[in-house]
Amino acid sequence: MSDDLFTRRNPWFSRGVGITLGILAVTVLGGFVLLPYAQPDLKLAGLWDAICSAAGVPRTPSSATPVQPDGKLTRVVVTSALPAAAAPEAVGHGATLAQQCAICHGPTGVSRADSLNLAGQYAAVVYKQLMDFKTGARVNAIMTPFAVNLSEPDMADLAAYYAYLPKLPGYHPSQEKSAPRIVMNGAPLRNIAPCGSCHGALDNKTGSPWLEGQPAAYVKAQLQAFASGNRRNDISQQMRNIARRMTPQEMDEAAEWYASQPPTLVHTTMRE
Amino acid sequence: MLINKRLVLAHFWLAFAVFGLALLLGAWQMFIRSPLHTWISNPEWYYRSLTAHGTVMGYVFPTLVAMGFGYAISEISLKQPLIGRRWAWAGFLLIVVGAITAMVPVSLGRASVLYTFYPPLIGSPFYYLGVVLVVVGSWIWVALMSINLHVWKKANPGVPVPLPMFANVAGSYLWGWTAVGAALELLFQILPVAFGLKATIDAGLSRVLFSWTLHAIVYFWLMPTYIAYYTIVPRAIGGKIYSDTMARISFILFLVVAMPIGIHHTFADPQVGAGFKFIHSAFTAFVALPTFLTVFTICASVEIAARLRGGRGPLGWVRTLPWSNPIMLAVAFSFVMLGFGGAGGLINMSYQLDTTIHNTQWITGHFHLIFGDAIVIMYFAIAYDLWPHLTDRALTDLRLMRIQLWLWFVGMIVTTFPWHWVGILGMPRRMAYFDYTDPAVAPQAISVTLSAIGGFILTASGLLFILILLRSHRAPREDAGAYRFAVAVHPPVSVPAALNGYALWLALMIGLTVTNYGFPIAQLALREDTSVPAVYVGATP
Repeated sequence: MSDDLFTRRNPWFSRGVGITLGILAVTVLGGFVLLPYAQPDLKLAGLWDAICSAAGVPRTPSSATPVQPDGKLTRVVVTSALPAAAAPEAVGHGATLAQQCAICHGPTGVSRADSLNLAGQYAAVVYKQLMDFKTGARVNAIMTPFAVNLSEPDMADLAAYYAYLPKLPGYHPSQEKSAPRIVMNGAPLRNIAPCGSCHGALDNKTGSPWLEGQPAAYVKAQLQAFASGNRRNDISQQMRNIARRMTPQEMDEAAEWYASQPPTLVHTTMRE
Repeated sequence: MLINKRLVLAHFWLAFAVFGLALLLGAWQMFIRSPLHTWISNPEWYYRSLTAHGTVMGYVFPTLVAMGFGYAISEISLKQPLIGRRWAWAGFLLIVVGAITAMVPVSLGRASVLYTFYPPLIGSPFYYLGVVLVVVGSWIWVALMSINLHVWKKANPGVPVPLPMFANVAGSYLWGWTAVGAALELLFQILPVAFGLKATIDAGLSRVLFSWTLHAIVYFWLMPTYIAYYTIVPRAIGGKIYSDTMARISFILFLVVAMPIGIHHTFADPQVGAGFKFIHSAFTAFVALPTFLTVFTICASVEIAARLRGGRGPLGWVRTLPWSNPIMLAVAFSFVMLGFGGAGGLINMSYQLDTTIHNTQWITGHFHLIFGDAIVIMYFAIAYDLWPHLTDRALTDLRLMRIQLWLWFVGMIVTTFPWHWVGILGMPRRMAYFDYTDPAVAPQAISVTLSAIGGFILTASGLLFILILLRSHRAPREDAGAYRFAVAVHPPVSVPAALNGYALWLALMIGLTVTNYGFPIAQLALREDTSVPAVYVGATP
């Protein structure tokens, strides 16, 4: 039966196939020839170029020199493999180097000067910030002179040392305060993800520091620096885009809340 | 001749049970993201529920209905006992196991990736394995439908295949081929990453492969509905099918043009060339053809019934239709919604118009209108019509059935019309939370509230439907007589080979898949620089 079906004498076959091929031919002509030429913005070298462009073949990028960014960008590539397993010597060497950091960051890595608490901070975070200070991607009158004299292994060892230190609970009288909306929900309409989705409480993303117990003044100052553009070593403007859309009140709330939380409660750990 | 009643009943009951559960989830979702409820503060719960709702409503529920109905059609219309009864039960079992395997990780929050998978999001491998089992179970049904028809044809050479079976097997072939896209995506893209063998995934290729499935799956959902239009409705209201040939042409057209059009779901995707988007857009327009043919034929069939009942005048016959008959009510509601849904679909398929509503709540409103109403209301009708023959007990409370159908119809309008509207206002879809105090969103609060109320009406209707079926099991036993499908005004004596088999149309279906999908898939599969890092969902960091 099907022998008769697939012959040109069978009108069902000839018309069915003919109409289908006809429709296909017309749509191909429309999609691959007429439409590309109908777009004035599309610079086409000829018919074959039009067909390739409509088929989605990637076009070679423009040869014009790319726009150079103003200011230095971070050169650190953050991967989950960044904090390599620290050898005891690395921690020891880091501890020696860390003597010069103690005046601000505290001899036990807990600051009394509203600087960042480094005890137990993720190694990738400390390493990246030191590297950015050295390259000029992040600028600070106090930190930059320290960082320019550090070699890359020094930075890795410092990071290993601070990651090795136990987090100190400190004194947090109002830790039972419920988390503000900006921390738990963000503000979807302003494209602000919850702080907790990268910085802990909900989840942690590689390269983001945990913030529990950090000085409120420090967190707030960094949010303001991101918002104003004074600090720009965040990857793909992640923090700048968020901070710019935050209200001053939300910055206060987030900073105060994180400061009130004991760092020992941080339940997310980075992949080792 | 309906022998394997328990088999059909098992499919229907499982289908309606999971439908009832997923309906509750849907109503909960509408409620908690409406202004009627304060924000639950954890979007994960919303997406977890959404994944379960979509997976059940998209894969499990309609597949079970199509399978159960298909087995019934095979026995009744071919008048031969089902061949491969054990295989059929094995397929059913695979779906049960698959559904449970998929739903456990979803309930645990390990696979909140939504039912369309959304690579590079990656959830627990058990979720995808469960979906694969459901698909494999349904492929057993595809094979059985083909085998049963083949055996019947051998025994009845030259006799026209009964229309219900012709349509049923067309639907099964459509599903068999269209499920291949998602199967390729799962097996070669997602599962290797979910099992940790790879850390990157070609999200663009995955989306193109999924679009292979995503549009034709709608026509697979639609098949039982169309079969009911042609072969149940005319008989149920005392009429005949206006044209058997027209019906056959509609079904083979679905086979050919439902498949090579899926890229209209990726109009905003950069990895597909504009030329292919245009081709798919144009072919999507041709899908309207079998629907128009069906609307014409069914209206003509209904008119025949009305005139047989003494209807007069160009439109006066409408009044003489048996409006107290639930099947009449269901088909009328279904057609109204098919009209609205089809009109909305014309906007979605247009390359330019789509940009205004792309990824807005309009899309969600659209597919709830088409699937939830035009299609599912006929599933209700199929169940009502078959139930007495499956249970040997009468469904007597026609009033309750009418109330149920009315509730569903009204509920769907109240749910989906405001849903479309907020989409036009620009409200994005797949959002767990809206801040209605924001001046930009505040005007949409009233529409979203209406949608949520519609959701409650739908829940009431769905539960009423299950109640009606449950109650029937307690009715006194009664012989329902032989089940009959509708016959044509001119029953076919002989039909051309092209309309009695599928070879030509399957060849065109596969041919068009190659022309319309071949290059985009090959290009993405062969290039090395198209993968992105996977984003694991619900994994402990």
